[in-house]
Amino acid sequence: MTATPPPAVADMAGAPTAALAVRAEGRARGPQLSPRAAFLLRRIGRLLVSLVVVVVASFFLVHLVPGDPVRAALGIQASPELVAATRTELGLDKPIPVQFLDYVTNLLRGDFGDSIRTGRPVAETIGQRFPATVTLGVLSFLVALLAAVPIGIGAAVALQRPGRKLADALISGTLGMLIAVPGFLLAVGLIALFAVQLRWLPAAGWGSPQDAVLPILALALGPLAYLARIVQVEMSGVLGATYMTTARAKRLPGRLVYLRHALPNIITASLTVSGLLLSGMIAGTVLIETIFAIPGMGGVMVPAVGAKDYPIVQGLVIVYALIILGVNLIVDLILVTVDPRSSITEG
Amino acid sequence: MNALEIDRLSVRYGRATVVDDVSLVVPAGRTLGLVGESGSGKSTIAAAVVGLVTPASGAVRVGGVMASGHGAAARAARRRLQLVFQDPFSALDPRMTIGDSIAEALRASGKTFSRDARVDRVRELLSLVHLDPDRAGDTPAAFSGGQRQRVTIARALAGEPSVLIADEVTSALDVSVQGAILNLLRELQERFGLSMLFISHNLAVVRYISDEIAVMRHGRIVESGPTEQLLAAPTEAYTLDLLDAVPVLGVRMTTE
Amino acid sequence: MTWRSRLLSPSGIAAAVGVLLFLFVAIAGGSIFLAAAETSNVPARLLPPSLEHPFGTDDLGRDIFARVLVAARVSLLLTLGATAVSTVGGIAYGLIAVILPRHVRRLATGLLDILLAFPWLLMVLFFTVIWGASATSAMFAIGISGIPFMARLVYNLASSVSGRDYVRAARVVGVGPFGILVRHILPNIANPLFVNAAATASVTLLSFAGLSFLGLGVQAPEYDWGRLLQDGITRIYVNPLAAIGPGIAVVLAGLVFTFVSEALADTRGGGRGAVARRALGAVSPTRRARGAVASRAGAAPGEPIAEIADLRVAFATADGGEVERVRGVSVRIQPGEVVGIVGESGSGKSLTAMALAGLLGPDARIDTSTHRFDGIDMTRPLTAADRSTLGVELGMVFQDPLTSLNPALTIGRQLTEVPEVHLKMSRGAARAHATAALEAVGIADAARRLGQYPHQFSGGMRQRAMIGQALTGRPKLIIADEPTTALDVTVQRQVMGVLRRAQRDTGAAIVFISHDIALVSAFCDRVLVMKDGIVVEELDAERIREDATHPYSRALLACLPDMTSDRTRPLPVIPPEVAASALAEEVGV
Repeated sequence: MTATPPPAVADMAGAPTAALAVRAEGRARGPQLSPRAAFLLRRIGRLLVSLVVVVVASFFLVHLVPGDPVRAALGIQASPELVAATRTELGLDKPIPVQFLDYVTNLLRGDFGDSIRTGRPVAETIGQRFPATVTLGVLSFLVALLAAVPIGIGAAVALQRPGRKLADALISGTLGMLIAVPGFLLAVGLIALFAVQLRWLPAAGWGSPQDAVLPILALALGPLAYLARIVQVEMSGVLGATYMTTARAKRLPGRLVYLRHALPNIITASLTVSGLLLSGMIAGTVLIETIFAIPGMGGVMVPAVGAKDYPIVQGLVIVYALIILGVNLIVDLILVTVDPRSSITEG
Repeated sequence: MNALEIDRLSVRYGRATVVDDVSLVVPAGRTLGLVGESGSGKSTIAAAVVGLVTPASGAVRVGGVMASGHGAAARAARRRLQLVFQDPFSALDPRMTIGDSIAEALRASGKTFSRDARVDRVRELLSLVHLDPDRAGDTPAAFSGGQRQRVTIARALAGEPSVLIADEVTSALDVSVQGAILNLLRELQERFGLSMLFISHNLAVVRYISDEIAVMRHGRIVESGPTEQLLAAPTEAYTLDLLDAVPVLGVRMTTE
Repeated sequence: MTWRSRLLSPSGIAAAVGVLLFLFVAIAGGSIFLAAAETSNVPARLLPPSLEHPFGTDDLGRDIFARVLVAARVSLLLTLGATAVSTVGGIAYGLIAVILPRHVRRLATGLLDILLAFPWLLMVLFFTVIWGASATSAMFAIGISGIPFMARLVYNLASSVSGRDYVRAARVVGVGPFGILVRHILPNIANPLFVNAAATASVTLLSFAGLSFLGLGVQAPEYDWGRLLQDGITRIYVNPLAAIGPGIAVVLAGLVFTFVSEALADTRGGGRGAVARRALGAVSPTRRARGAVASRAGAAPGEPIAEIADLRVAFATADGGEVERVRGVSVRIQPGEVVGIVGESGSGKSLTAMALAGLLGPDARIDTSTHRFDGIDMTRPLTAADRSTLGVELGMVFQDPLTSLNPALTIGRQLTEVPEVHLKMSRGAARAHATAALEAVGIADAARRLGQYPHQFSGGMRQRAMIGQALTGRPKLIIADEPTTALDVTVQRQVMGVLRRAQRDTGAAIVFISHDIALVSAFCDRVLVMKDGIVVEELDAERIREDATHPYSRALLACLPDMTSDRTRPLPVIPPEVAASALAEEVGV
């Protein structure tokens, strides 16, 4: 009997946080709870814990700053009276646990405080800028997802045929280049080509559909290439699996073999990575918004960080975190529904 | 004096009882075969006996000395037991030479070795298992499955054990190689007066090498006794089932 | 992989060249180009690119190209610093987490997973607010933000190694936790760690550029590539190269790190190529028929149901050569007969069976003089009618039913396919058919079971389902490749019973492949013994021991321990001159 060689000593994958389906057999929590329900509860539990961590971290942001945060925000010229007044206004003279309590109760009421520089309510600023960021993020994500899956599948199928060394080199070369270039550099390149040289598209602004093309491309191309590569690898793995040989043995028509047998098996991996990518793209919006002068949250975040405008940074950190946690939860929900094996996962 | 006594051993994984109140005896210089199917708990017994897994209750005695529990004396007694693993591919560190892997096990003997003595001893052990001593500097990748199994046996011998525990040592090998390994184990046993606990799911192999057999199922001992007796006249239904299910060369199998 | 082969690979060469280039620029570039980079020359301000100023000049007349080269040192040093912070922190956290007791460990990894959910940029901005915007604080911010990823990686690697048998073996002989860490875990995780550290360096470099670009990294009057980018983009309409130039430098440096990472890797292409290459029965869509054959006659009476003659199967080797794994095998299966193929590793028995079924992938080079199944000439492209026939009349049962049944589809979906597609049954009729098939193989509550997934069946039940799948057609031949190897012997007996019943009920022939000679002889009518790609002997199953004349067959039968072997004597061994070449060095010692 052939002994199988050992698995390669440890793979290189970092572990995404989204649920990784583990094929365990029946280790449900208790008799009443279905495995899926238990899993969902665990996920929501983790989301709440993450939220707490973020709120706490965000609160301590101010207090971790070496020196006097208020003076740092107002600048050296600010008069002592102004500094003292601002301190009181920000509630920084109260004991810390009280401050934390105030902070949390305010948050729950939707009050994120006021910007130190402009004095305007943070919630208002965030509210105004939220739509642009979300639009940019969601559109880019959809572009990446809808393009990457067919490309990845096509690449895997193409590699099956003879003469594939050239195809392999071309495909991985192109994808590799796109992955290597970060979003903001792509943006610079795209602007230089399409806005400066060719003058086809605008380099800044956010109002008409044309304005959206370059930002979305810049944000989506890198993740697109990455996702396509993952889909390709997954698909290659699937195509080599024994159950595909079984499907071939049944002499089913080619299209049926791919659509019904291969496709469902790459969904889990693709979804998991998509979730990660979306989180990364949310962060990418910060840079892209800055470059293209898009009126989103990133456009406020960067100056606020530079100027140490804490209330804005705190508020934005929480909002960004909420978006990311929400996205992860949705991905987990879809995974649980779609993948029959993901009823039990690691806690 | 029995080489190995397992006294009412129980092992739990979480809430499941994997080994349930098992008592076994390996007489000195003899081989006890432990046979069972997957999930019977036989490999867990091996792990518990050498201390890789903590038993929930029960005792293990080696040559009369308590080997389960904490303390230096128990640890020393456990060193008298050595384990030979099933999968020759994962049982050796791929980045260490086989000489180093064997040398690492010398500490279990309780003796200290100078560098030269260590090299000599490794060479000696390699020739005991009929491998070329000059290959001590090779890594496991340079050896075939059967040869690696010999290396793991040499490693087990390095600890100068009184009891050898062989856990499915032939299951990953081709038929023609199995025989050579079994012969080797027999030879070493006779030469060094080793006692052996031989664990396997293959009834024919267990029959060949064991003086006594114990049958396990779902964590419990179903039946035990001298080999010929047990196989000629089993008393338990499960044992009969097991015997019936083993295909015999050239005999049409009954399947209903 | 030896160092030489790694260095001489494409990524190795690219990495070496890149590293040398950047080292030179970082060390020497500062001195050579400093003057041009820092001397203001206002009359020469904002010049477009030219030979003298490849990237043009900035608003103070300084040569941008020179500035890019001088900035290399700062950029690279900060990157290495941040990478070091991530790597050291990650290793420390990851290794400590492995040693921790169970409950604390779950807290540690839980925290990691929470941190990993957040993109690095947000964490970096978080720290930047706390420490203020400067080069060193940015370095630490980026470094610390990279720790969770590294820590998770180290933890995963170390965990997996500590579960290996050789670590357990070391514990048994008395090696302590620290010894295990140093002797076993670290050497075995070192390679993937280096690979990822290099990849992290690449990402860190890009992050730094991004941060400085936002004005939150290196502060004026110092400059790195990110700051040069920031300067450049304000003038992008006037002189695009002012921004593109630093951009190119960033991308190139990132690529060099990536090449280093790939060159260091033990596994080629990170598994991508390996995965695509390993597929033995890789799927390629069945080619469309060219010209339909008029009508199907089927096999004439007295003709074998399947036959293959002078079969040769060869595969390409890594160094461009070819190795022949089946070297001239002829097999004929009469309708209704049960034929066993027996052999050890490297005998080619599975390949022969797959070739008989016409299921070898494009990787295999196949050569036969005859290949027929039920009247169909399998050496020619198949028509649609041929494919239907094959789908209906040929059933396969593989070794591991968990991977041979599609885990993403219900049993019902998989068992109704052949009736629906080839027998043109309606969905309802197909389901009834499938239910009957499951009942025929002894699965209780069959109708409900149709809606379940393979992982909800036990191993024995899955194999029964595979056999049932073959029964949903009208099988004339069932090929079973090691179908019971992964099963307990009592379950094996039940599954063999199912197989036998299926054979009796349908009159199908069976080709049964196994390494277990006793099993094959107990189940089959006729046994083919294979060794090193050829059939050495054909024997009648019930008289297998008496009739064997070939030295290999005799030796194989002799060395098999069974319930009647002589317990007092050593087991016979196969002499090396007779042994299968794959195993020759094993035996006779």
